[in-house]
Amino acid sequence: MKPAPFAFVRPSTLDDALAALAADPGGKVLAGGQSLVPLLSMRLASPTALVDINALPDLGHVRVAEDGVRVGALARHADVLADAAARESQPLLAMALSHVAHATIRNRGTTVGSLVHADAAAEMPMVLRLLDGHVEVASVRGRRTVPAAELFAGPLESTLAHDEIALEAFFPALAPRAGVAFEEVARRHGDYALVGVAAHAVCDGDTVTSARLGFVSVSDVPVVVDVTDALDDPAGRALADLEPGDDIHATADYRAHLVRVLAPRVLAAAIEHARSNA
Amino acid sequence: MTTKLFGSKVARVEDQRFLRGQGRYVDDLLHDDPRLLHAAVLRSPHAHARITDIDVSDVLDVEGVVAVWTYDDLAGPMAEPLPLLIPHPALTHGRTQYALAKDEVNHVGEAIAFVVATDRYVAEDAVALIRVSYEFLEPVVGIPAARAAERLVHPDVPGNVGARLEQENGDARAAIAAAPHTLSLDLRIERSACTPMEGRGTVARWDPDTGRLTVWSSTQTSTGVRGCVAAKLGLDLAKVDVITPDVGGGFGVKINHPWPEELLVPLAARTLGRPVKFTEDRREHFISSAHERAQEHHVEVGFDDDGRLLGLDVEFWHDHGAYTPYGLIVPIITSTQLLGPYKPQSYRVVFESLYTNTVMVTPYRGAGRPQGCFVMERTMDAIAAYLGKDRAEVRSVNFIQPDEFPYDHGLVFQDGRELEYDSGDYPASLAKLKELVGWDEFEAFRAEMAAEGRRVGIGLACYVEGTGVGPYEGAHVHVETSGKVKVATGLTTQGQGHQTAFAQIVADTLGVRFEDVEVTTGDTRRMPYAVGTFASRAAVMSGSAVHLAALRAKEKALRIAAEALEANEADLEIADGVVSVRGTDASIDLGTISVLSNPLRYAFDEASKAATQFSVGDPGKPPVAEDDEPGLEGRDFYSPERATFASGMHAVIVETDPDTAEVRILKYAVVHDCGHLINPMIVEGQIHGGVAQGVGGALYERMAYDESGQLLNASFMDFLMPYVTEVPASIDIDHLETPSPLNPLGIKGAGEAGVIPSAAVFAAAIEDAERIPITAMPISPSELFDLRRAHAASPASEETP
Repeated sequence: MKPAPFAFVRPSTLDDALAALAADPGGKVLAGGQSLVPLLSMRLASPTALVDINALPDLGHVRVAEDGVRVGALARHADVLADAAARESQPLLAMALSHVAHATIRNRGTTVGSLVHADAAAEMPMVLRLLDGHVEVASVRGRRTVPAAELFAGPLESTLAHDEIALEAFFPALAPRAGVAFEEVARRHGDYALVGVAAHAVCDGDTVTSARLGFVSVSDVPVVVDVTDALDDPAGRALADLEPGDDIHATADYRAHLVRVLAPRVLAAAIEHARSNA
Repeated sequence: MTTKLFGSKVARVEDQRFLRGQGRYVDDLLHDDPRLLHAAVLRSPHAHARITDIDVSDVLDVEGVVAVWTYDDLAGPMAEPLPLLIPHPALTHGRTQYALAKDEVNHVGEAIAFVVATDRYVAEDAVALIRVSYEFLEPVVGIPAARAAERLVHPDVPGNVGARLEQENGDARAAIAAAPHTLSLDLRIERSACTPMEGRGTVARWDPDTGRLTVWSSTQTSTGVRGCVAAKLGLDLAKVDVITPDVGGGFGVKINHPWPEELLVPLAARTLGRPVKFTEDRREHFISSAHERAQEHHVEVGFDDDGRLLGLDVEFWHDHGAYTPYGLIVPIITSTQLLGPYKPQSYRVVFESLYTNTVMVTPYRGAGRPQGCFVMERTMDAIAAYLGKDRAEVRSVNFIQPDEFPYDHGLVFQDGRELEYDSGDYPASLAKLKELVGWDEFEAFRAEMAAEGRRVGIGLACYVEGTGVGPYEGAHVHVETSGKVKVATGLTTQGQGHQTAFAQIVADTLGVRFEDVEVTTGDTRRMPYAVGTFASRAAVMSGSAVHLAALRAKEKALRIAAEALEANEADLEIADGVVSVRGTDASIDLGTISVLSNPLRYAFDEASKAATQFSVGDPGKPPVAEDDEPGLEGRDFYSPERATFASGMHAVIVETDPDTAEVRILKYAVVHDCGHLINPMIVEGQIHGGVAQGVGGALYERMAYDESGQLLNASFMDFLMPYVTEVPASIDIDHLETPSPLNPLGIKGAGEAGVIPSAAVFAAAIEDAERIPITAMPISPSELFDLRRAHAASPASEETP
């Protein structure tokens, strides 16, 4: 369980980091390392170079503005989780983050790193997708904004080019009359969810004007399903778009069952939250 | 015992060191020695294959690689199969692996080549460059495939059957045929493993000047490793020292020996003339150490209207993996300890031990008892359900009564001795357990929960555990001239707090301060005669030996003191390291007695002047008497005629989620009887750890092999060892102390107890909550969901008849 040889650079400016990444097509960005380092140790990934961005300045921020929460590439999950203003601006962040692994991993792992790792079994990619957030990315070729809907390409695959670094993620604030909720079932606390469901609802008086569900661990990429027209059977609607699979921890049938258990429950909680947020 | 330390919650002297990161494990050793080399092993990626070629030519070009071994490089005893440690007449087809695979591999993870390099990174790089050509063979995975025997693991083992063993007391089949009621059950337990935090590890250093080999190994038997290393490397035993430093958990897996690396590391160290280290990584531990637990059982039982067992007939199939170095210990324990605290009027048990192309099986904490307990207790619950009786009551009518000890089951136990229980009080334990868990109040609680839409269930399970098996352990107690007491016992320590518990015994027995006693374990230089730490035997075996050795030292101290104080031995007493004459001021401390015990020619300090030839002794007699020896020491051995049988009962209340089928533990209660408690805090710690491990075995952990023999969950990400969030927040414990008549301290073992009834007790509680028969463990929410659906579709087919 020792990594294969790789070159290691720890640039202190963003330009140097981008140049290092551009110079080596086999290079990989190291931030919190909570997914990458185990892959290296098990030799499931053998990048030719690691570009460690931990010495870069000005990327550790959790910045809350009127429109939402901006999370820098070096902000740890724990930083986001502990940020009271972030929690108030977008409560779904803390709801989901408390299910991300364990304290020791959240102390090191970065939220932006989790997004670009693009694991559909992870909470934060789904959260970004449900909230229609985006990430700001940079390369030697310039900067661009990638909306969540365009970020996830496949299992553990983002649409970022190999030479791009995600600098910041943006999670929109919770609008008035909107509500969110999150629940998941995992084998052990902190494990990847067998199924996780988040809901985002908007109400106008007694009328639910928008209801959307985001799912963890039942698809290859984070999936969001609009159930505004299916409030009495949100799971039925969602399951048409989901692909729950079998693995050693649960059958596909059980996962589908959990979708049926969790979807109405979480949706109801989000609607209640929306109504209290008038 | 009338003194104060035995039986009290003395804080563990080990904890400061462990909690402050000052433990010293095998991988910590020699780490700053620039000459140290590191080993990595090429392991088979295939479950069953013939090796047609191994090409290591690319490896030797790698900078930093020092040497590589394959089977062809081994000679003499090293080229022979590894030892079959525990031969048994019924093990007619025992097979063991080679240190490096010869011609074929029989499980994923089997060692094929051994690379030594300047660091582990380079060694792993080199391993990746070895090219092996395989001719694939169909693997045998799982008990059904092994029994079907359409394919064979070893071509010369017909039916994949390594052993078949039958024992019977009475005529069980006739008794069942004549019984008023009968039931049959099929019960299954899956594979799991010990998974200690520290895997296997070995360091060896060869001293060419003295021709002496020093081996440090993370083992449960340093004397066992020493014997194997000496035999395999052709060294005199006296030229090999084996030292067991701090060990990060064993739970059974490290009693097996020698592991291939335990021989290859010393071989490499001697060949290369440099120290060599091998530290197993987590994936290696999953695929190349040992597993346990997988068994399938068929039960036929006949009973009367009260649920009394008239005849019990159990047939089971044990999956022992690819090799059988540890013999039949696990299935023999299942077949005998299955009986627990009960006395069926007749009992027959037969098992087949089967080869599969998976990691081999050796004892894991509980060692076959969890399976036996599961079988017996499921049977008890099925009888109670059939008769409509209280589950505790059905157990009661079958208990061996306190006045029936010693109780001979008419069977042969794992140590080749009669299965004869020495002592116990099962009715008293059950009464305590019912009280502790609130057995009689449970129906009211169930109704209360049901009113809230919540579903709860309660289960209980009883077990008896043969502990402290022989053949022997020894101890050496040495009082230094400073008065400090150095104690050595040969068995090893992997976290049990031996340095504390044994020091408590010595402090009491010898009459010295606890702080003055220092205990060394698992170092063949200090105590070359020892067996090992397994089968809940350390407290019983070494505890007794330490006590006896301390008595020997005390006898000598009193004899010398009586002479020095010109007093009668009978008038002397020892407290806090000082011998005094009762009712007088006359006294002498043990340090001075130690000085006097060793007649000197040369004084090395003020105190030792008292022992020089012009100061002591009768000039008319030899300085050391004919039947005496110098020094204030005591050495003794303890070797009981048979094991001592501890017992206990667990109960659990669980809540099952009606929607998600998740299982939550609401209450866990343990009544435990290991005779006299040396240190109740350590015993409770053992129970806590055992229960946590049992929760893992019942609800989370399994070895997920696919059909091709690949282990799909060889990491702690997918092998679900419970976190602190999954184990009960508190465990209610009550003790019963039924002393053993077999040893001087009246103690019984406690190490494995906590884990034995877990599968049984959780199955019972989940069944009680769900009203669905639970016949296979572990059980996951996904599986419980499947059971619910199957049961809803056809409830009758799932019911116990």
